[in-house]
Formats: sequence, structure tokens, C-alpha cells
Amino acid sequence: MYLRSDERGPAVSRRLALRLALFGGFAVVLFGVLFLRLWQLQVADGETYLAEAKNNRTRSFRTSAPRGKILDRNGQVLVANRTSLALQVNPRKLPADPVERRAELSRLADLTHSTLKRLRRTMHEELKLAPAAPVTLRRDVGHYLVFYLQENQERFPGVEVQRVFVRAYPDGTLAAHILGNVGEISEEELKDPRYKGLLAGDEIGQDGVEDTYDRFLRGQPGLTRIQVDALGEPTPNGRLVDKPPAPGENLKLTIDQDVQAAGEAGLAAYGSGAFVTMDVHTGEILGLGSSPTFEPFTPPLTQAEVNETYRNPAAPLADRAISGLYPTGSTFKLITALAALEEGVISPADTIEDGGSITVGGQKFQNAGGAALGSVDMVRALAVSSDVYFYLLGNEMWNTGGLQRWAHRLGIGRPTGIDLPGAADGLLPTQKWRNDLYKEGGTDRPWSAGDNIQLATGQGDLQANPLQMAVAYATLGSDGTVVTPHVGKEVTDAQGRVLKEFAPPSRRQVKIDSEYRRIILEGLHEAAQSPEGTSYEVFGNFPVPVAGKTGTAQRIGQADQSWYLVLAPYPNPKIVTAVTIEEGGFGAEAAAPIALDILEAYFDKHTTGSAGPNGGSPG
Amino acid sequence: MYATRARQARPEPFAVRPGIAERLGLPYMDGTLALSAAALVGFSVFTLAQATKQDVPGSPYYFVDRQAFYGVLGILAMYLLTRIDYSRFRELRVGIYTFLCVSISLVFVFGFAARGSRRSFELPFFSFQPSELGKVLLVLALAGFVIDGARKGSEWQRTVRYLCLGLAPAALVFLQPDLGTSLVYGAITLAVMYVGGVRWTHFAVIGAALVALTATVLVLAPTVGAPVLKGYQEERLTSFLQPSADPSDAGYQQNQAKIAIGSGEKTGRGDRATQTRLDFVPERHTDFIFAVIGERYGFMGAALVLSLYALLIWRALRIVTLSKNSYGTLVAGGIAAMLLFQVFVNVGMNLGIMPITGIPLPLMSYGGSSVLATFLAVGILQSIHMQARLSQKGRFTW
Repeated sequence: MYLRSDERGPAVSRRLALRLALFGGFAVVLFGVLFLRLWQLQVADGETYLAEAKNNRTRSFRTSAPRGKILDRNGQVLVANRTSLALQVNPRKLPADPVERRAELSRLADLTHSTLKRLRRTMHEELKLAPAAPVTLRRDVGHYLVFYLQENQERFPGVEVQRVFVRAYPDGTLAAHILGNVGEISEEELKDPRYKGLLAGDEIGQDGVEDTYDRFLRGQPGLTRIQVDALGEPTPNGRLVDKPPAPGENLKLTIDQDVQAAGEAGLAAYGSGAFVTMDVHTGEILGLGSSPTFEPFTPPLTQAEVNETYRNPAAPLADRAISGLYPTGSTFKLITALAALEEGVISPADTIEDGGSITVGGQKFQNAGGAALGSVDMVRALAVSSDVYFYLLGNEMWNTGGLQRWAHRLGIGRPTGIDLPGAADGLLPTQKWRNDLYKEGGTDRPWSAGDNIQLATGQGDLQANPLQMAVAYATLGSDGTVVTPHVGKEVTDAQGRVLKEFAPPSRRQVKIDSEYRRIILEGLHEAAQSPEGTSYEVFGNFPVPVAGKTGTAQRIGQADQSWYLVLAPYPNPKIVTAVTIEEGGFGAEAAAPIALDILEAYFDKHTTGSAGPNGGSPG
Repeated sequence: MYATRARQARPEPFAVRPGIAERLGLPYMDGTLALSAAALVGFSVFTLAQATKQDVPGSPYYFVDRQAFYGVLGILAMYLLTRIDYSRFRELRVGIYTFLCVSISLVFVFGFAARGSRRSFELPFFSFQPSELGKVLLVLALAGFVIDGARKGSEWQRTVRYLCLGLAPAALVFLQPDLGTSLVYGAITLAVMYVGGVRWTHFAVIGAALVALTATVLVLAPTVGAPVLKGYQEERLTSFLQPSADPSDAGYQQNQAKIAIGSGEKTGRGDRATQTRLDFVPERHTDFIFAVIGERYGFMGAALVLSLYALLIWRALRIVTLSKNSYGTLVAGGIAAMLLFQVFVNVGMNLGIMPITGIPLPLMSYGGSSVLATFLAVGILQSIHMQARLSQKGRFTW
């Protein structure tokens, strides 16, 4: 050993010196390592770590804003909000162990009346949109379930209950097609510039005015950006941005709840049909409905609900009033009459001998039931709905394009411009259309007089919907103005102040000779309220003078479709109502009584100034 | 040799009355050592003042006041030790060793349990942690035993004896449980034996045994179902190998500390620091105070602190060579190793290159026992330095 036991003098031997040198060298190496590492972290990679640190410290919380209410024209609430409890799963807080995770998810699936597979798929899809965000499994869960989950919290880690706003419909299915529904934004919609700034999980209007006026109804979600510590707990005074949620604005519709209810009640007696009631001067829609209807919903739906709404052959989601593709039957005669008069094919006083049928090109066209109606002029032809009279007019104009010109002017086969999604343009058959189709091999014959004869009475290839017919009638009723039908009236704030009014300009002006207008309206008035008229049985005793036309459209493979169009009051109409009932039979049978109900509902409120011959309201 | 380069006592042309500095012994002290130690504790107080304002509701200077008090107390204790001839501790080695073991053991009986382990006594002003003071006591006692036993028994017997003497208190501390401090005891034991001249072959055997032990503790024991380490200890030791995203996880904490230091870049983020201000980094006033310095003051601040430690350890190693006797050499060597081990393990842990072991950063980490023990160690170094200077000057008392 080199250690010396004496206690004086430096105790450094050569061997100790070596050991101490090694010790010192070791220390130098250790400090070198620390300095290098410090340099690496702070100087070489500092920027990366700074970015990471900045990313670390704030967390944003979005609070959803309640959507605006939807009101009818008188301020009656059609759609409101209520708070509901939504079941959410925070994937980050689920057990990491796959077996436990699976067990918890199956327990959850049982509780929510779902299956593990469905639950997993929901989670997978939601997480694709917003990684690591809580996934909403089910909205509107019952209190019993919430209590159960709270009592058994340790068995359900990561399961949270969130208070959310859901739509409430005080009148159930009323105006369901107009209102539409709301749902979570989809992956495709997120890319739409229209939904800029929205995030996965946000709700948007999916149909109806909820969709059209989404930007007003939606509101601004609240944003709270807070500083958080390592556990995600907010730090005191760490509130960075605090933007409270701004509720959506209220939307007032042009709909009149009573008119709407009367129309829907009428439709409810039949399988499928639709109605429209519109102000002829402004295009404001007072009522618009389609049957069968549906329960406004908020996805996700149960399998039974999915089957009922999407896989139902009766297609309850389809709005037949704006997307129906129907032949219109005799209601089209107003257009034929106007075209013939304006084109100079006939004058109002000219009479035709209706022998019950005519034969053109070897094809026999006959009145309904083959009845001979005798001598008819324009007014009587409309009143008794002489097919022969209009067949002849159609035949006269078969290759002039006159009928199509006027039908086109009145909006047949073109978009109406209504502020509801899903409207169909329909089809106005023309000579060119059929000849082109024939050249392409799409049909077995070119355009013939028979086609125009069919069109003159609203048959054949014609496809139109109640709204288009209402617009056409309104054009005549309002002296040539083709209005833009709309259901949105105004946007108001919570205090009821009007922020924006919707008064879409008319689409175009059609020059109509006032004498011709008077003649046609007179014919329609006779049809509705003279004893000989086709709908006298329905409207004969109605106190308000009206001008109405029945229609009985033949459809291949189906019973006749019942139509009724009515302008009221006569002779200066304010409103137009169109009703159609699939397989409803004669126009006067199914559609006209519904139109009567609607008019009664309307004139109950508007008796003054429009009193009928008896001066009172209907019983 | 080093000793020959030391300053020779100057001849005194005429008798002078010693001045105030002379009487305080200041010329014989290692000024660099004292100043670097004081600077470190000063920096600690400064950092705590900025970083812990929010920690104790209602008293923003809770940690600052206490750390400053421990610092002043420590400097006084250092000075007092300077004036004592450390050689006396060699004679007291048995008493010191007994006190060490008993005080550590008493913690099991009277100790104050914090976070699942009993490490300290609750005293009126602060909680006293015997294992901190024990580090210094172990150096003093073990160095004494090595000197004393130099001529007793074979080399292997001696090696085993030193090991047992060193590892007994280490084991007691380990059982508290305090893994980090027990590792410091181990490092001290090995360092004293190393400076004491234990053969390289013996170290090779010890090294092999350590590798085997580590393997057993970390791999074998858990697999056969008889874990030696507690779960969190094992996780801490291995987590730096695999960072994780779980905030309650050791790897996460270490990763956050790394982000904190990295985000400080060259000049630091000052009060805009977030990692260490918002609790992303745990234990910011104790084990992870280096991360606070790194984030707040950047590379400049962190490098300054590291340089002060380098200075401190350089002076300690220098004193090893200056010592007037072997006991002083061993004591200084043990203290140098103790400081080096603690600084490297703690800073390495903050930088993500060493496992989390719960070893405080000497003089920087908040805590009375640690600060006082470190100042006592520095005081003993000063004493060795002073005795060396005085012996060169030919004066042994004053």
C-alpha cells in the first residue's frame, strides 16, 4: 500500500497521482457530456423544443351555440331548442388494455341499445374527423342512464355526459319538409367553403330551411382558450380568450301555422300527396306540405328509425310539393287557354261543338267518361273542363311551339327559385325535345300532334310539381308577375329586431292581355262556383269567390292523380293553392276538399275585405 | 508533483500583528471554492424567487425565504468547519459512523412520512433529513476506517470490509425508501476506496457484481415475481429509455423537463416560461430546478450553473492533492465524488440522459438538509485546504 500513516506533508504518491488524474479526467468527461447535451437541447434543437412548449400550454374549449328559433309568419314557434344530455367517450381516457377496453365498450353498447360493432364504427369515423376528441355516442340519453353511469363511474372510465342543445319541435311533424333537420357535419361538408371555420362534430342544417338559412341559424360557437398545466387543469388567471357562444338568429318564415296545419291535416287522410299555398303577389309561401311526412330527427338514428325514414318505399323525406314529377291533368288548361288566346289561335267568344271526342291522325281523344258537352266557348270550356275544346287548341298549336312558349313563360319545366333544397325542374315536352330523343333512339316516334294534344290537357310527357303549377296560376292571378316562391321571411335577433328581410325579386314579367286574364279567371270561377262547374260540389257554398280548376291526371300503372288549383279571392286573387293527391281519383274528389280546408283556414283570418256573397265566414 | 508547486511560506522580515483577515483565516481558505458555492446558493435563491411565486398560496416567498435562510446558515456552518481541524473526525470515526446509522434508522421509528417514504424528522423549523447529513458523515467515517484499516487483514478482507461499511448505511437509506441517496452512498464508498488505493482487480470484480446485481434487480427479480424495487422506482430508472405521453408517468415528466430546457434556447424565456411555470415539469423547486434554469435563463444561465459546478469540483479535486495527510486526501476525494455524482445524475436526469432517481442538485435544489450538508462538505474541504496551507507555512494553530 502506498498510503502513509504519518499525518504530515502532502500525501500524494505517484500511484495516487495517476488515480487522481484519472478521476479528474473522468470528471472532465462527465461535464463534457453535460455541456454537449445542453448545447444540443438549447442551441441545436432549441427551436423545436420551443415550438413543442408553446403547443403544450393552451387548450381550446368550444361551447356549442344554440341554433336560432324558427317561427311562422305570426311569430308562432315552429322549432325551438332544448338542452339534452349526450353520451360521449373520451378515447384517451379509455383503458389502454385492449381486453378491458373491449369489455367497457361492450358494456356501453348494451347500455345504449347498440352493438359493439356499431359503436366501434361510430368511434372510428368520428376519430378520423377529429383525432383524440370526445366521440358523441348518443344524444338525448335518459336521466336514468346518466345516474347509472355516475354510480358506476369506475367501470366506465372515459365516459362523459355533456349537456348539448337539441332541436325541439312543439308541433311534432308540422312543416317537417320545410324545416328540415340538423345533423353533424360530414367529412365532405367540412371541405365546403360554405362551412368554413366549422369543426368535426359541429351541427349544421341538413335539409329544408335549416339548410338554406344555416348561416343565420347556426350561431357562433363559444371559444375559451385557457392555459393549462401538465394535467390539463386550467391554471388560475390563465384565461386567454373568452368568447361566449353567440346563439343563432331567429328565422321567421312566411308560413302561416294554421294554413300549414289545415293542408297537412287534409293530406294525412291520403297516402301520398302535396300542397302549396302562396301569396300570388309576393311569392311568400303560406303553407307547403308533403305526405307522407317524417318526424324531424337528430342523428344518430336507431336502426328502426333509419328503416322508417330512408328505406321506406313511400319516401317520406321527399318533398313532393317541390320535387314531385307529375302530369298535371286539366289544371294545365289554364296555360293552354292563355297560350291559345295570346297566340291568336282562338278568340274568347269562339264556340266549339264538343261531341265527346275528336280523332287526330287516326288516334281518338275523348273526354273523361266520353260525355258530350255540346257548344263550349272559352269560359264554359274551363268551367266544365271540356277536353275536346283543349284537344283542338293543342292540335292547332302542335307544331307552332306556342303552347310550350307560354308554358315556359309561366315556369313549367324550369326552376322556381324556391329557397328550399331538393326542388325538381320537371319536364315540359317540346317538339325539339322529342325529336332529339327520337334521333338518339330514346323513343319510338318523333313529335306528333298527339303529343301536343296530350300536353294541352296536362298529360303525356309533362312533369311538373304543385309549386310550379302554383307559380303559373299566380302569374295569371297577379297580372303577369312570375314571383319567386320563398319560405324565408326575415331574420330577427333574440329581441325580435329585424336584421334582414327576404323579398326575392320576381323572376320575370309576362305580358298578359287583361281581357284574356279576365276571361280565363271567369272560366275558373265558373268551374268552382257555378252549378255546372267541375268543383261546384266542393266550392259552391264557399263564401269567398274563388277561381279553381280540377285536374285528374292519368298515370300509367296507377290510379288517377287528383289535382286542384285555386286562386282566391276572385277576381283579384291574393293567394293560390295547389293540391295534388297521388291515386286520389277525380280532382274534385280528393284534392279540392283539401284546398277548401286550406282556404277556410286562410280566410278565417282574412274575412274583412274579402267577404263572399254571403258576407260571412264558412261554417 | 503538485506539492512542490504549492506556494512556499514567505519569510517574515519582522513580526506583524495579524490583521483581521488573517485572524479570520481568510488567506488560508480557498476563495474560489467558497465563492462558487455561495454563488450557486445565491443563484438558487434568485431562481426560486422568480419561479415559485405561485406555488404556496398567500406566501410568494415561502421557498425563497427558507432557502436563503438555509444558505446563510450553511455559509456560517462552512466557516465554522473551516476553523476546525478535520483530522479530529478521523478519531471520531466510530462515533460518527454509529450516529450515521442510528439517525438513519430512527427515521423508521419517528420519521415523517412524505409521499410514501420516511426520510426525515419533523423539527420545529424544518424537517431534518438524516440521510443528507449522512452523506458527509459517511465520507468522514469511511475515510477514517480506510486509513485505520490500512494495515489490518489481507487486501481482499479490507476491500470487503470497506464495502460492507459503506453499503450498510446505503442499504438503510434504500429501505426508507430513497433509491437516489443510497446510490450517492454507493458512489461515495467506491470513490473513497478508489482514492484509498483498492486494487483495480477488486474494482473489476465489484463492477462485474454490480452488473449482475442490476440485471437481477431490473430483469430477473421482477420476472420470477420477487421485485426488489418498487414499481415506480423501476419505472423511473428505465423510463428515460422510453418516453411516454401519460402525465403521471416518469417518462413523460422527463420529456417535459427536456422540452423545458430546450425551449429556453440561448437566452431563456424569462417570465414567459411555460413548461416550468405551469407544472408541466414536476418538482420544479427541487429535483427539476435545473429545468427551470434552462427554460428561464437559457443556455447562458444553465451553462453558467454547470461552470460553477465544474469550478467547485475542480477545486475539490485540487484540494485532494493539497491535503497535508492521507485522511484529508480520502475525505476530499469522497466529497469530490459525492458532488460530481449528484451533479451529473441530477443534471443528466434533467437533460434526459440519466434516469429519474430523486437526487437533489447540490446547493440549487430547495431543501435545508441538502443545502446544509453540502455546505458542511464544502466546509470540510476548506478545512483541509486551510490545514494544508498552514502546514506549509509551518503553523498549526493560530
